[in-house]
Amino acid sequence: MSVPLEHDYIGLSETSSMERSSDKTSSSSSSTLTSEYENNNVLNLKETELRLGLPGSESPERKGGLGMSLFGKDLEDEPDGYLLSHLKNFVSGAKRGFSDAIDGSEKWALTMNGGSEVDLAKGAVLFSPRCGNNLLEKNNTHKSCLAGPAMKDAGVPSPQKPIEEKKTSPSNDNSSAPAAKAQVVGWPPIRSFRKNTMVTNLSKNSDIPDEKSGSGCIYVKVSMDGAPYLRKVDLKTYCNYAELSSALEKMFSCFTIGQCGSHGLPAREGLSESRLMDLLHGSEYVLTYEDKDGDWMLVGDVPWEMFTGSCSRLRIMKGSEAIGLAPRAMEKCKNRN
Amino acid sequence: MDSISKKTKDSPNSTDSPESTHPSSFPDEVLEGVLSLLSFNKDRSSVSLVCKDWYNAERWTRTKVFIGNCYSVSPEIVARRFPKIRSIILKGKPRFSDFNLVPENWGADIQSWLVVFARVYPFLEELRLKRMTVSDESLEFLAASFPGFKALSLSSCDGFSTDGLKAIATHCKNLIELDIQDNGMDDFGGGWLSCFPENFASLEVLNFASLNSEVNFDALERLVTRCKSLKVLRVNKGITLEQLQRLLMRAPQLMELGTGSFQQDLTPRQCAELESAFSNCKNLHTVSGLWEANSLNLPILYPACASLVFLNLIDATLQSGELAKLLAHCPNLRRLWVQDTVEDKGLEAVGSCCPLLEELRVFPADPFDPDILHGVTESGFVAVSRGCRRLRYVLYFCRQMTNAAVATIVQNCPDFTHFRLCIINPGQPDHLTNEPMDEAFGAVVKTCTKLQRLSVSGLLTDLTFEYIGKYAKNLETLSVAFAGSSDRGMQCVLGGCSKLRKLEIRDCPFGNAALLSGLEKYESMRSLWMSACNVTMNGCRLLAREMPWLNVEVMKDEESDDSHADKVYVYRSVAGPRRDAPPFVMTL
Repeated sequence: MSVPLEHDYIGLSETSSMERSSDKTSSSSSSTLTSEYENNNVLNLKETELRLGLPGSESPERKGGLGMSLFGKDLEDEPDGYLLSHLKNFVSGAKRGFSDAIDGSEKWALTMNGGSEVDLAKGAVLFSPRCGNNLLEKNNTHKSCLAGPAMKDAGVPSPQKPIEEKKTSPSNDNSSAPAAKAQVVGWPPIRSFRKNTMVTNLSKNSDIPDEKSGSGCIYVKVSMDGAPYLRKVDLKTYCNYAELSSALEKMFSCFTIGQCGSHGLPAREGLSESRLMDLLHGSEYVLTYEDKDGDWMLVGDVPWEMFTGSCSRLRIMKGSEAIGLAPRAMEKCKNRN
Repeated sequence: MDSISKKTKDSPNSTDSPESTHPSSFPDEVLEGVLSLLSFNKDRSSVSLVCKDWYNAERWTRTKVFIGNCYSVSPEIVARRFPKIRSIILKGKPRFSDFNLVPENWGADIQSWLVVFARVYPFLEELRLKRMTVSDESLEFLAASFPGFKALSLSSCDGFSTDGLKAIATHCKNLIELDIQDNGMDDFGGGWLSCFPENFASLEVLNFASLNSEVNFDALERLVTRCKSLKVLRVNKGITLEQLQRLLMRAPQLMELGTGSFQQDLTPRQCAELESAFSNCKNLHTVSGLWEANSLNLPILYPACASLVFLNLIDATLQSGELAKLLAHCPNLRRLWVQDTVEDKGLEAVGSCCPLLEELRVFPADPFDPDILHGVTESGFVAVSRGCRRLRYVLYFCRQMTNAAVATIVQNCPDFTHFRLCIINPGQPDHLTNEPMDEAFGAVVKTCTKLQRLSVSGLLTDLTFEYIGKYAKNLETLSVAFAGSSDRGMQCVLGGCSKLRKLEIRDCPFGNAALLSGLEKYESMRSLWMSACNVTMNGCRLLAREMPWLNVEVMKDEESDDSHADKVYVYRSVAGPRRDAPPFVMTL
């Protein structure tokens, strides 16, 4: 089960993830990939692997392709204009801790291991559509896939399949890279609305099959616009918005929940309009969540308990996108009151 | 049909030749009177081929038309042939659009059809749409154009919102059925339900289970109270158990019920009231909904379980024990839909409690999470097959399967008409022997001679398709993904399955040779879909050139190279190439 890994993730410190990364780099296939990658500019699947280096660790040079040294200084060297400029926006738009991370030429991220691969794979599916395919769009003839060849046994020689909706693999159906568990568009053949229903169900019952819903953990996915993978947090481990906010901050190092988090929200009925505006103008990123109705709401409007009960996933949205949320959030507040 | 042929034998002037204009011994009214009794369109199609008189008599008496592909015919052609239509079923996009393989704005817009229908069929009563694009304006137009409109069913459609539903509720004074299923629609609130006028009482079917916004409960209760003929009610999860009890008290005549949330903490008195409400519903044969049902609340259902024929637990995340306890009360179940959270143990309970089961669908609770290992396996399926010998329809999502298990299953249940097996990891072999799953599907097609629909998965070579081509003589629909080794696979299917109507293929190594081997076949099929295969533009152009009655459409992915045909959709049509194709659909 992935439970222990996820617990580690929430309180992840740099040292523990470095340990993990060194485990992985010691595995032969991973280091092979690194060197292959460095030596070879030919289109191949390994180039499209999303890998992130830890602070202080070597991140493989990326030439062309979907270089995802997300926070690394080698960004400046990359020729892929569009992709990089977007990444740069992401990089420069962030506040506080993030720029600290950059300045120290520390590349904050995590290498893939079993646990992160899960999130990575999940993230890919959920990430590209949400972020308007910006990051993956320019991945020309590469197939972006999140296989972690080092991580799992190949076992099955099934074709590598792209994550992003617009790509299909014309001819490399029997490519040599092992499939691992890359996600595929439209597979398994389940309608997406049903996926949402099930996710909602599961976020109540996850990990503790025999207990009643509500008494276990509440794991929800956290996505961040521009990040290549998602994380999961257990809302039960926090008591208020402040704790959630700081945990997410640690996780993503560069986001802010604004005034919301820092004041906690004792008996507030809702955010006033002026505060919402402060929130949005004061920060590049805004924390939103999807509630049981499938609506995207601004975090911080409702009491904590109500929030944990109705939140099915979290998304750290760019402030500019979240502006549209504010009026609805106000409406919902008004309707509730 | 039999009575008609008897009549023609007895009649001295039965049709001498196909073009007989010789007055039939039946006046038209008699012929039409007889033919109007025919309800199955297949029979009607046969009848219409006998002679011109019969063709005309049939077209004047047909009231229901089924159009499986909205682009196979135009609304004008339909209107010309059938002047008296009251009920229409229209299907639009290819089925793989359900899984995001078809870009938005592909087409299948109902509006152009409605405009013609408004002119030609002012007495239209029923419209059932699947995978069509329907705008709010279209719904408003519908509500305004057909005063006698009675039944609207929208399944997997997109483009509309609750605003459109408001128009329907407000203006369709004779509405009997409003069935909203699984659509890509916008939900702007539950106010549409309050738009039914206070004197409106004709509703018999109401399904809004897939809508998320809460409706006004008082309005719903009043509606249910005055619609004395209400037979089917499927509410959404905003309705609580307490509210459900009140609804059931108002509508004990219900035959199909979709509950709301089943999660509320109930007092003993509330429990008793709910049990009593359920036992009052003597006609209840179908139950669905049951969101967040838990073992405390499920027993409320027990009084109704003995007569249950269809139990849809797709929204209730039950564990094996909960399911077992529930099914112990449902000996008459014919159809069961569950999530794989019930696991193999739950399926064992299915096998032991429900001997009359004919249909089983097991859906994955977490289909897109690659880390999930639990769910159902081959053992669960085998257990069901041992106890439920009458199984004929199965949809089974699992993460492991073996050839031996499938062979056992079809030995136990040789009457399968629909066998849809989805091994979630693409191209996964038999997990015990590591061999391809060829023999599994070989066993299916060899044993299940009545098989009409088959979906294959797992690691499959051309051998699977050789088997299918050789044995699946009644197969009408085949879905293939991540399978096959060469063109030969598809060629075997096209060559062997004489009744094939729909073939949908994705991510298989089938190329132009395979595509072109079906040249003559596609006209007898409804459609062919091939995506992410090895077909090229030239192959498609050749097909289009040779077969003028086929529409050969290609959608290219953004970054693929010029010669590759990424998504190919081929279908027969009497309406010619699409006139409303968006720029990304190329008609060759």
